[in-house]
Amino acid sequence: MLGPPPPPPPPPPPTQRWARDHPPPSLPPQSVFGTPRRPSEGRYDPLPLFPQNRAWTAPPPPIHPPKVLCGTPSPPHSPPPPPSKQNLPPLPALTLPEDGLKGPGRPESGAQPFLHHREALWKRVLCAWRDGGLRGLLKEIVSAEEEGLQWAKTALSCVVTACRWLSSLHGSLLPHLSVRCKALRGPFCAGGRNGAGRAIRAFAWHPHTSKFAVALLDDSVRVYNSSSATIPSLKHRLQRNVAAVAWKPLCASILAVACQSCVLVWHLDPTSLSTRPSSGCAQVLSYPGHSPVTSLAWAPSGKLLLSASPVDTAMLVWDVSTENCVQLQWFGGGGVTFLAWSPDGSKVLAATPSAVFKVWEAQMWTCEKWPTIKGRCQTGCWSPDGSRLLFTVLGESVIYSLSFSEYRGDMQGQVGGSKTASIVADLSETTFETPYGEERVGGAVQSMAWDPTGERLAVIIRGQNPRTAGTQTVVAVFRTRNSPVFELLPCGFLRGEQSAEPQLIAFHPCFQKGALLTVCWSTGTISHIPFFFLSTHVPYGSPGRSPAVVTASSSVREQPLFSEL
Amino acid sequence: MPGLAVLPTLCARAASCRGGRGEGAWHASYWLPRASIAAPIGCPGLPAVLRRKWRVGGGRWAAETLNGAGPGMEAAAAGRQRALLRQVLGWRLAAAVAWSGLLLPVCTAAFVLLSGIQPLRPLRWLSDSFDDLYTSHVIFCILLMSVVVLVISVFNVEFYAVVPSIPCSRLALIGKIIHPQQVIHSVAHAIMGMLVAWCAAVMTKGRFQFLAVPCTISESLNDAVPQMCLNEYHLFFLLSGAFMGYCYSLLYLINNMNYLAFPIIQQYKYLRFRRSLPLLVKHSCVESLYSVRNFCVAYYFFGYIPKMWISTTMDLRIDSKLHPLDTLSGLLDLSLFYHVWLCGVFLLVTWYIAWLFFKIYATETHHFPVQPTFAEETDQCLPKILNSNPPLIIKFLALQDLMLLSQYSPVRRQEVFSLSQPGGHPHNWTAISRECLSLLTDLTQRLIAQQEAAAANGRAKQQVGEMKVSPQTPGAVVAEDIPFQLQRSNVIPRAAMSSLAKSSLMPLKASPGSDIGSPFSSPALNCKAGILDLSSPWHGSVQSPLVMRRGPKLWTSGSGLQMNGSHRESFPVLSVARVGSEAVQPSFIYTWLQNKQEQIKNFLSRRVLIMYFFSKHPEASIQAVFSDAQMHIWALEGLSHLVAASFTEDQFGVVQTTLPAILNTLLTLQEVVDRHFKLPHVSSKPPRSSGSLVDTSYKTLRFALRASLKTALYRITTVFGEHLNAVQVSTEHKKRLQQFLEYKE
Repeated sequence: MLGPPPPPPPPPPPTQRWARDHPPPSLPPQSVFGTPRRPSEGRYDPLPLFPQNRAWTAPPPPIHPPKVLCGTPSPPHSPPPPPSKQNLPPLPALTLPEDGLKGPGRPESGAQPFLHHREALWKRVLCAWRDGGLRGLLKEIVSAEEEGLQWAKTALSCVVTACRWLSSLHGSLLPHLSVRCKALRGPFCAGGRNGAGRAIRAFAWHPHTSKFAVALLDDSVRVYNSSSATIPSLKHRLQRNVAAVAWKPLCASILAVACQSCVLVWHLDPTSLSTRPSSGCAQVLSYPGHSPVTSLAWAPSGKLLLSASPVDTAMLVWDVSTENCVQLQWFGGGGVTFLAWSPDGSKVLAATPSAVFKVWEAQMWTCEKWPTIKGRCQTGCWSPDGSRLLFTVLGESVIYSLSFSEYRGDMQGQVGGSKTASIVADLSETTFETPYGEERVGGAVQSMAWDPTGERLAVIIRGQNPRTAGTQTVVAVFRTRNSPVFELLPCGFLRGEQSAEPQLIAFHPCFQKGALLTVCWSTGTISHIPFFFLSTHVPYGSPGRSPAVVTASSSVREQPLFSEL
Repeated sequence: MPGLAVLPTLCARAASCRGGRGEGAWHASYWLPRASIAAPIGCPGLPAVLRRKWRVGGGRWAAETLNGAGPGMEAAAAGRQRALLRQVLGWRLAAAVAWSGLLLPVCTAAFVLLSGIQPLRPLRWLSDSFDDLYTSHVIFCILLMSVVVLVISVFNVEFYAVVPSIPCSRLALIGKIIHPQQVIHSVAHAIMGMLVAWCAAVMTKGRFQFLAVPCTISESLNDAVPQMCLNEYHLFFLLSGAFMGYCYSLLYLINNMNYLAFPIIQQYKYLRFRRSLPLLVKHSCVESLYSVRNFCVAYYFFGYIPKMWISTTMDLRIDSKLHPLDTLSGLLDLSLFYHVWLCGVFLLVTWYIAWLFFKIYATETHHFPVQPTFAEETDQCLPKILNSNPPLIIKFLALQDLMLLSQYSPVRRQEVFSLSQPGGHPHNWTAISRECLSLLTDLTQRLIAQQEAAAANGRAKQQVGEMKVSPQTPGAVVAEDIPFQLQRSNVIPRAAMSSLAKSSLMPLKASPGSDIGSPFSSPALNCKAGILDLSSPWHGSVQSPLVMRRGPKLWTSGSGLQMNGSHRESFPVLSVARVGSEAVQPSFIYTWLQNKQEQIKNFLSRRVLIMYFFSKHPEASIQAVFSDAQMHIWALEGLSHLVAASFTEDQFGVVQTTLPAILNTLLTLQEVVDRHFKLPHVSSKPPRSSGSLVDTSYKTLRFALRASLKTALYRITTVFGEHLNAVQVSTEHKKRLQQFLEYKE
């Protein structure tokens, strides 16, 4: 077990680096001011590739010009805010090394590393039952070496054979269902492919405050709060194989955790100083046949919770307080691997393990089916007003966009999607020259995040062939605009240290001065990268809602895309 | 024991006390524990008793207008309500019945197919079954079954309730079962069950088809006289059908299947039906299995009685060659068991389908216009309906519509925020917000009364101190700050209300050491409003403190009410006045009688058996308090969504004027609910049954209320943010708001 995690180091004041690197006033308006935080050891360098003391000017961005890119090239950005970043909220940047975390806390199985030691049969059977259910139990008994159970073993082996035959029949009909749970978790988890080797399994920002929850390898969930030193660590008997965490909106501290067999809803007291909330605070939502739960989504109105499993063909709509649930069933396509509720609460994206995804309309719960050409929908994200969906397909290195007609309550039961999805960005692998050699960036998109103002889009791009030297997993950041016409402009890259790969990305939901991207690296580090800009997305209803100053700068594209990174 | 039957009353009232406006319905129907609101729409062949009840219902609404209106006005109001009901619900019920009738041939075909099953000769089986389907007796059976389904639907319509009635003790449950209305329900269902079983027997054919079969009584080998004998299989079928009908009726009561739970998400009716169908079939199969098992046991012991009776009355012999069925070996007939079980499944599936359709159609959203387009529509527009006292189902539908429009429909929200054309008054918003606020204020008062009762009970003594602080803060502010006049009689200013409650609770405080779970807890605990106890005979009567101290509250206010003969439909305020005047001069005999009664009660209360029947289930009492919380949840959601939307959409600032009142009401309610959840047993969750046909969502409504209250407050604070500091609220509430703004609640 990891001890108490190191206290979050006070972030180095970014102004120091500014002072060293650039005088801030000379910065171009559209630059991305990335300042990844350093952990206290200093062994983490965000981008060793691109030296810090020079502005990136030479090569064009390694992104093909987006195929659908319409509208004026000059975003009406106001001049950047003065770099008064001293009053950033003190966000905890962490390193949670994997070594410190024990693997999934299971009762020890019979295989001890040094001493050949076998538990008693009943103990092993119990263990197998807990791990693998009835089938595991049968297998364990069949493979038992004890004497005197010959007849039982013979009978049970017949049963096991029959089961296997039946399941193979079942599997030939619905291929994704025959995949074992553990194998299933890897590809369908929010984080990506190699789920086994990462310390951080899931990450979620609280929708209103500077607070986030991290699910760790040992199935505990920790809650970090910028304003308090208490770090509650949530553990529960049923909290196994955590795949997703989600905070309830419009609520102080209710956290839903997707576990192997159920959804746990933790009711945390935001003022409590306890570091180990009792399991009595957790509400268990389980439904027969609905496991393992791998994705969760809260309605933005805070009323309903969606949970889905790749194995269960139905996704469940929970009324958490009464523990009532409604099954949303459809036939064909298998389970649900990815859920995303649009920020305006009107639509839900549900991806399936087959080459089809659905967009549900969240009032009457009808859906539109979208078959994809190649593979399953890997990830997707909604624009803040819920009118545009960006998604990617497994095996293709492009971002698709799907626009929806503006949501009005009067068109009941219509999703209102456009006829076809258009490609907005091609992210296939590109080589470009840097002063330090040739760099290759591009490939399949692993996950995407759109910031709440709708002005930055972060994408984890994984090289298609990980063995090829030089192709790394990077986070690409785009500048986006959704209205009046959709725009997507490349902005820059983020890269970890040599062995660190970005696993999870999320934007801070209420960062005042622009956008704050949080990246969880495969080394167990969590870093926060702020982007300072003046948003054209004025919080609605604020009194001085004036149109942003349009600066007629046709030279936006010529501006260096990397100022610091 | 006249007092015994009063307990169900209490629970019914406990489920209903809401300031006494409009829900006089409950007071009238206390002898009829099911809240029956529906008009007998489309059911001309109604039993006489039900008709009578319906008249009671009409009088009930009339009673609401008693305050100022004459009988003519009453009749007019009742007529209007009925017209409204018919307009909103009529076509839905007709459609529900039509659909369940349409599905009947499908069920029948499935039954015929399964009853003639021949696993070894599948082709023969299929061809036989399809031939059977067109025979005249199957067609006749379908027609007969349609009548049965119609009757079942009528019972569904008559017995539904949007607020569940929760029996607080075992005695209350027994009282509900032997209640005449329920007896009628059970008998009718048993008869219907018998009819279904007869149809099933006819369709099954074979040895089950006829009651009388020819047989030969062979006294000697060559002297065989053909005679008619009793076919015990047929009798077994009929009796099992009656038994299942009775079981259905009983479970319908016990599981509160008459409760219309509104769905958590809106879905199309077809999808809802499709979703519930597998559950329904599974539930029917399992239930039928249990019923058949129980019936076999019953028949084993008592089967000879109906057999003898039938054979003597119909002059049928009993065939001695056949094996009698009320023996162990006779009952071990697998084919018989299968057919009876299948008959039970058939019965339950058809009835549950009728029930399901009724439920789906009745809880479907109804679109009430916010602003009338034509003058004659004025009665049906949302603000008007909310402010009149419609039948509860209409009120629920209206609140549901309010919740939906506030969440999904900007156009209709705009209508809510609009000003009236001549005059420029925000009538729509005023009416809607006033109704929502008065609902919430009622709930607050109810909970306060409940808590005071609990505090008085000695269980939560420490809360008395807090209570003393609270009365002057919220309610008074609410009453004053609301910019429009709350002229409704039910909105009692808080100070007055709490003093009333206090005075009523004075005698209760004298009973120490009683527990919530004990039968002798104060009536106010079990009935939610302490106000009700004003009508109790103890109020104001001279009693020796000794008797008072020992006096267990075995018969609660209900018995007193009966003695007083005061009307159930009277509002608390009215009853206060009336009972108060009655109780001012208690006669000596009356006091003596009271003492005697007390002594008898005291004597009885020491007996264990009585204790068993009277002991209140704490969970049930708490559920009863929140049984109508769905209304409040919708009011909260509707109000908070409207207020949040008003930040950008309210052009004339009509919401701003009400914002302090809304915040005050919500924060007060929040305070009270928080305190309520500290009472014993309140915060523990009842066990949940997932994936069953029986809806138990009413058991956890209190948690839903708490969650939606918090969400409502957060919704407002999140949208308004720092602007809330400019809103005039008391310092205490300001502090609370600040906590909400910081997400610390």
